[in-house]
Amino acid sequence: MAWLSLSIWTPIVFGVILLFLNKEEQVDLVRWVALVGSLISFAVTLPLYFGFDPTSAQMQFVENVPWIETFNINYHLGVDGLSVWFVLLTAFMTFIVVVAGWEVIQRKVNQYMAAFLILSGMMIGVFVALDGILFYMAFESTLVPMYIIIGIWGGPNRIYAAIKFFLYTFLGSLLMLVTFIYLYYASGGSFNVLDWQLLPEISSTAQTLIFFGLFAAFAVKVPMWPIHTWLPDAHVEAPTGGSVILAAIMLKLGAYGFIRFSLPIVPDAAHAWAWLIIALSLMAIVYIALVALIQPDMKRLVAYSSVAHMGFVTLGFFLFSDLGISGGIVQMISHGFVSGAMFLCIGVLYDRLHTRDIAAYGGVINSMPKFGFFALLFFMANSGLPGTSGFVGEWMVILASIKVNFWIGLLTATALISSAGYGLWMFKRVYFGAVGNEKVAGMSDINAREYFIMAILAVTVLWLGLYPAFFTNLMDPSVAHLVDQVHMTKLN
Amino acid sequence: MIDRLSWIAIYPEIVLLVMACAILLLDLFDKRPGRLLAYYLSLLTLLVLALLTASYAVGGQTVYGFGGMVVSDVMANWLKCFSALALLVTFIYGRTYVLDRDMLRGGEWYALGLLLLLGIFIIISANNFLTIYLGLELLSLASYTLVALWRHQVRSTEAAMKYFVLGAMASGFLLYGLSMLYGATGTLNIGEVFHAVQSGAADTRVLILGTVFVVSGLAFKLSSVPFHMWVPDVYDGAPTAVTLLLGAAPELAGFALAVRLLVEGLLPLALDWQPMLGIMAVGSLLLGNVVAIAQTNIKRMLAYSAISHMGFVLLGLMSGVVGSDTTLAANAYGSAMFYVVAYVLATLVSFGIVMLLAREGFESDQIADFAGLNKHHPLYAGIMAICMLSLTGFPPFIGFQAKLAILQALVNTGLPMYIGLAVFAVVMSLVGAFYYIRVIKVMYFDEPASTFSINVPLDMRGVLSLNGLALLVLGLVPGGLMALCARAAAQMLAT
Repeated sequence: MAWLSLSIWTPIVFGVILLFLNKEEQVDLVRWVALVGSLISFAVTLPLYFGFDPTSAQMQFVENVPWIETFNINYHLGVDGLSVWFVLLTAFMTFIVVVAGWEVIQRKVNQYMAAFLILSGMMIGVFVALDGILFYMAFESTLVPMYIIIGIWGGPNRIYAAIKFFLYTFLGSLLMLVTFIYLYYASGGSFNVLDWQLLPEISSTAQTLIFFGLFAAFAVKVPMWPIHTWLPDAHVEAPTGGSVILAAIMLKLGAYGFIRFSLPIVPDAAHAWAWLIIALSLMAIVYIALVALIQPDMKRLVAYSSVAHMGFVTLGFFLFSDLGISGGIVQMISHGFVSGAMFLCIGVLYDRLHTRDIAAYGGVINSMPKFGFFALLFFMANSGLPGTSGFVGEWMVILASIKVNFWIGLLTATALISSAGYGLWMFKRVYFGAVGNEKVAGMSDINAREYFIMAILAVTVLWLGLYPAFFTNLMDPSVAHLVDQVHMTKLN
Repeated sequence: MIDRLSWIAIYPEIVLLVMACAILLLDLFDKRPGRLLAYYLSLLTLLVLALLTASYAVGGQTVYGFGGMVVSDVMANWLKCFSALALLVTFIYGRTYVLDRDMLRGGEWYALGLLLLLGIFIIISANNFLTIYLGLELLSLASYTLVALWRHQVRSTEAAMKYFVLGAMASGFLLYGLSMLYGATGTLNIGEVFHAVQSGAADTRVLILGTVFVVSGLAFKLSSVPFHMWVPDVYDGAPTAVTLLLGAAPELAGFALAVRLLVEGLLPLALDWQPMLGIMAVGSLLLGNVVAIAQTNIKRMLAYSAISHMGFVLLGLMSGVVGSDTTLAANAYGSAMFYVVAYVLATLVSFGIVMLLAREGFESDQIADFAGLNKHHPLYAGIMAICMLSLTGFPPFIGFQAKLAILQALVNTGLPMYIGLAVFAVVMSLVGAFYYIRVIKVMYFDEPASTFSINVPLDMRGVLSLNGLALLVLGLVPGGLMALCARAAAQMLAT
């Protein structure tokens, strides 16, 4: 079975079907079709886990058919240990988002659900594409559904945020396209990513240019300091579902690009410029965490916290060790669950009071005890409490960085304090203390649907925190292979 | 020596001429205001022509006729096929539009359109400087008249006047350049010019001066900087149906003109004309994209966008020859051809939608007129969104594949200068993205100013949907069309 193709196209087909169900009275049907579609889409990704050979670093479930023969472009798919989890994560989070938007979204429901399902297929395409152009097409086309999602169902300043989001990421990826075409030329007419990785010799100048061409695309997407400014705007204006997918999956596209392209294709440039990436990552970890501290808006706070946590990911990658890269990937998966969950929590509050100001709340736990419990768990996970998923990745990266340089390790470790600082302080102001006002007192606790999403995410967060080997087992050979590649020089 | 083979080479032109005259005559007896007879006959003619030229093209023969005055090769036949189809679609989109605006006193709209196509066909088939000029004048005269067809509109007549004056001057440039080439080489036949230039016997100074004039005349027809002034005024001033007529099929003719003159005739001088195209391309990309941002009128915006897209075509045309190495030529010219076809396909959609929203006394030519289109007509908003994204060069639509083709042609030259141009083109695409996605923003995010009550005739709705779908489908599976363009370019170079 072509499981990868199914993973990509099942949600897209359901999305297109939804686009045609645009009558007002079909709203219930639309919701159920979307739910079934997202469930089936998730189900078809499960064979990737069960059929995955955890001892191999090779590409698995490979599909390769000629697509555009004039330019030697192929429909070439495959997963290895680096990418397999993200396929599952994407399908899973899409299901969560469909449930989360169930009765919250009332306007153009079919387009909303369709946008998320189509987006899901495209993002899976990014993780499994092994052809440069296929990768680019998937990478780029994710912008359109997200642009529409922010623009139609977003907050008051949504149009500014949507256009900013679009243009920032578009510029980066266009430079990546030129880089890909250059690699096509340099490799004698191949768009195959694996061929690019095996290119025996690239000059130092060419490596630097390629590195920065790719960096432009991936760094904007991650996003790294100082080109992160689109993210808080996009997050604040996006509807809850949009924020969840943005934080949980879309940021990972950039980080994934680094390990699939930058590290193995231009290892020497990666080594030469590692200091820059490390410096920018530390900036994100240390400085952005402080910026998060003073945010009055809950979503903005979590958005900055995302930037800080993605700093761990890029830092881990550019330490070039098994531990660092595994730590980065684990952090990506963990952040997918945790940040998604945190945005859902904010969504729950927003649905009830229609404001995200921290100052408008207070003592929520009194009126919503069940919800408060889950929220606390996710905040703890975000701060990296042992036993939760947030701990594992951060701990691995900190360990890896101390091995490289004590001071890097020390600065990295400050994140444990600062994230606890902004997380718990916000938690105190929103959830604890006396009931802030009458509106808060009148808030109803989460209903069964919300309880279900929260519970399922809580279980995953704890699972990843208590038994990370379940996740890392699959990726170890691929990570080892990547480390070999990045330590092999291409200069002669 | 007019033999049977010669006639085969110009069958399409003969059919077209006969039918254009027949429609003009038969229309006299059709008193119905809708001019349906002329309409259906035109569609039939165009369909037959498209099939005829496509079958020639598949046959793959290169036939010279009338002592080398005309040539019918694979590239010519495909270009003719595409321009016939483009005109067919234009007629379908424009039917109710011209009817509502009192532009159908008689069947002139259809007859002039067909004559315009005849001019295009002659240019595409030309193998002699005189034939080229003949075709160009026919095309131009039909265009001037069409722009002025909505005769009570001051803006239209003004646009026609401007177009005529500037167009006549450009034709003068071209003719002057051609006469210099004739003086230097002693022949008007394009193939013989090629050999004369290659042999090195001709005076290079005269040749280059002639080339400068030829390129200037060409730049006007291709609407590229610095000869672009007429484009926004004509696009805006002409009735939208005519704008579409001028913006779609004639672009294919412009491409053919460039290929016939520069590639087939003056390829040995490539190192002289490539930098000229380079400057024009940079100027077009810069000016087209930057000025388009400031437009509030969608027709003007699309006019500047046309200028910028021609910049891309020029980039493709200029990356064929590196040093004296022509191995990349087929790839480069094939890519440029693919780009033009992709552009024409998207242009049809964009003006189709503008006409769709226009109704009596309301032109809907402001971008703001599209506000909230998604609310009442998600289908048309979706089609327009696809079109805008395709023009941006956004995957997975055909515009992306076209940009990819051009960029790879540039990078494959391996020259740092050309790679720099590729980066520049890409940055300009980003600027372009801003105004294209603004249209999407207006359609999807803004509240509608008025309720749209548009009733769309079935033929238009069907063709528009197919046209929009083609942008997507050809973007997902562009292999066939790309291979077709590459083969056409390769065969053109082989002869």
